[in-house]
Amino acid sequence: MSRAALRQLLVLGGGGVLGLVLLLNLLGWASSLTNNGAAPLPAVDFASRTITTSIRDEPPNLDSTRMKDQYSIMIADHVLEGLLRYGPSGDLQPGVAERWDVRTTGATFWLRADARWSDGKPVTAHDFVFAWRTAVDPKTASPYAFILYPVKNGEAINRGQRPVEDLGVRAVGDRVLEVEFENPIAFFDKLVASQTYLPVREDFYRSRNGRYAADADDLLYNGPFKITRWVHGASLRMEKNPTYWDRGRVWLNVIDIAYITRDAVARLNLFQDGRVVDVDYLPGEALDGILRHRWPLHRYNDGSIWFLELNFRPGHVTTNYHFRRALQLANDPAELVYKVLKTPSYTVAESLFPSFLKGEHGLFRQEYPPPPVKTDVAAARAELELAKRDLGVTELPPLVLLVDDQEPAISYSEYTQEYLRRTLGLDVRIDRQNFKQRLAKQEEGDFDITLFGWSADYDDLLSFADLFASWNANNNGAYKNPQLDAQVRIAQQSLDPHVRFAAFAEIQRILIEDAVIIMSYERGVMYVQDARLKGVGRRSIGASTDYVYAYLTEGR
Amino acid sequence: MLVYILKRLVQGAITVWFIATATFVAMHAVPGDPLRGDKLANEEIRANLKARYGLDRPLLEQYELYIGGMLRGDFGLSYTQENRRVNDIIRENFPVSATLGILALAVATLGGILWGALTALYRNRLPDVVIMFFVIVGISVPSFVIAALSQLGLVTLNSMFGRSLLPVAGWGTLWHMLVPSLVLGLSTMAYLTRLMRASMLEITSSDFVRTARAKGLTPTQIFLKHQLRNAILPVVTVLGPQIALITTGGFVVELVFAIPGLGRYFVDAVQQLDYTVIMGTTVFYGAFLVLMVIFVDILYGFIDPRVTLE
Repeated sequence: MSRAALRQLLVLGGGGVLGLVLLLNLLGWASSLTNNGAAPLPAVDFASRTITTSIRDEPPNLDSTRMKDQYSIMIADHVLEGLLRYGPSGDLQPGVAERWDVRTTGATFWLRADARWSDGKPVTAHDFVFAWRTAVDPKTASPYAFILYPVKNGEAINRGQRPVEDLGVRAVGDRVLEVEFENPIAFFDKLVASQTYLPVREDFYRSRNGRYAADADDLLYNGPFKITRWVHGASLRMEKNPTYWDRGRVWLNVIDIAYITRDAVARLNLFQDGRVVDVDYLPGEALDGILRHRWPLHRYNDGSIWFLELNFRPGHVTTNYHFRRALQLANDPAELVYKVLKTPSYTVAESLFPSFLKGEHGLFRQEYPPPPVKTDVAAARAELELAKRDLGVTELPPLVLLVDDQEPAISYSEYTQEYLRRTLGLDVRIDRQNFKQRLAKQEEGDFDITLFGWSADYDDLLSFADLFASWNANNNGAYKNPQLDAQVRIAQQSLDPHVRFAAFAEIQRILIEDAVIIMSYERGVMYVQDARLKGVGRRSIGASTDYVYAYLTEGR
Repeated sequence: MLVYILKRLVQGAITVWFIATATFVAMHAVPGDPLRGDKLANEEIRANLKARYGLDRPLLEQYELYIGGMLRGDFGLSYTQENRRVNDIIRENFPVSATLGILALAVATLGGILWGALTALYRNRLPDVVIMFFVIVGISVPSFVIAALSQLGLVTLNSMFGRSLLPVAGWGTLWHMLVPSLVLGLSTMAYLTRLMRASMLEITSSDFVRTARAKGLTPTQIFLKHQLRNAILPVVTVLGPQIALITTGGFVVELVFAIPGLGRYFVDAVQQLDYTVIMGTTVFYGAFLVLMVIFVDILYGFIDPRVTLE
């Protein structure tokens, strides 16, 4: 029986395989319908000046008035252009504006005549007026509306107290843009390089009926590239924009983002297979494999600074200065970074202001070094005794450490728990939450200490400096210090660089000497890149990766 | 028959309504603000955002809006993919998951029935032992391990041949589907093999098989008409939920192979508290599951004449 049955099974299996082949053909045809493009080229193609790469997430919103995330900002940097833009060496250069004049009460921008939208019409001052008004309009609900508050009446309009027409910006003809400030501001030229200040053309925006920027043909382009194909969640292809005024400086013809996945190992496999030209956000675990293949490893600061934030609300032991000082003295960020996190792109943090920020002439941190904090466990123990005496207790209550449920927060919290137990005998309870819930608990102040990170919205130290101002909504620990508030106001209002930097230095000193935060790390991005690709910008503020001025060289 | 189908559909609709309500309640019970990024905007901006998404209204009103929209077939705007409607997300990404899922399921069902029957025929002999070993591996090793390993295998294979034989990741051609669908279907195949083996063994020793043999039927006839057809019933039963599971649940496979399926949206939405996408995908998945179960029940009636639908 078994032989006959086996024969039957074979016939059945044969039929099944035949059916499967038919099904495969059918599915192949079906999948060609869901993807209307050619298969991606290898990582680098000289003939067509094409590079192929990957990103971690789909850009969720290319409408510049509401844009807020890293990948949307990165794509926007390639396909749109504001008044000013960052050039190959990361300095501010003329964009749509060929020259500009910033005064104490306002600014004037003269727009170039040859700036064009991808449909051939000129980019005018009206496009900026419309975009800025849209961004502060309460109906738009832009998360970055605040970045337009320096423009006169911006905040009042956003609160719904004034009509949008009152915004302090107007077009004088097609090619002159006049801006009026709410208060004198020292860094307006840097603000206009950010995404919320990008132009939007009114007639096109309205013609899309709320679908502006939802798909490749729902967006007008005035940048070096334009999106020619966008399959949501799968791929995004950018081709050189023939109407771009400065097209002579753009070497690449095609940037093909052919893969979207958060799995770093998968992206590294694609790199090894020669399908992508670079891979960023590599985890520490990938290091061994990279070294084994002898791929050149690079790093850059992603612009964020990470520290332990302490709770200053009544009822928390962290309100006690000696206790905070004990944590600060015991803290050993070098051990954390080099032995625990073990990702070469991370560096030791020393101040709220990350090391890459510019000062008056060079780097701020070199011009105004923060007061040094040396790890000293014995001194920390002495401070802890003082704290206990102050609080009138012999045993301290358990500390709640609130963190994310992702790496590196997991390793970080486990290390901190063990480290504080070993050095200070503290009982730390880890409260691990997913991203949204961690944020909610931080905002409610439901923690003793919490790991918190911050990055800049615009290229000025103020983007960090006002974080601990008593009125800042992101001051999770509810720290209040009139001295610090006063320094923040000086930094906001003064136009004298020297006065401002002195205020920043003072803020830096207060935060360390009052042990407001316990420094952890500056986060960096570890990446590999094909050696034939040159001229890629990797930036800590604004677009993280910039292929606009990239080019390919023969040979390795 | 028609009455039966109608009755089942009404029951199904109630089930889906229940799923929608439970999801809505659970979603709002979870702490966290869906509109919040890692930076907290000031009060004005938050109020504007809340108004835009209707979150400033009372919960009951929001519920009415959701259910009302759902009845009209409109799941609303995504919170994280800000310019996209949830309907568009499902419409664009579900076909990808479905295509992959159908292939995976075809491989799994065919393989499961074949291997299952084979192991039963060779009970306790070498083929049985070998196949059952792989079945245990298939069931117990999680899919992210298998996915990662098979991708590594592809890279190694390609570098051995010095050119890309099979794509490592991505989507677009048939070649992109082969390995992911195998990985996706593997655990189902293992599960079905075990199920098939057990029911085959049970049936081989049953009375009607002995009767058939006594009647003088050829082994082939016995195998096809009496054994296989009876043994396949449990497999068909689990097929309904499996179809729904496999066509929507390839999250890990989608991530590793960079496939733009619906599974990723499903998981991301929960992480990001994207209310509309959570609602949309859960209700869609729920409705799909219910439909598949009904479909299989009807199919049952055709395969097994003893089952009457009423």
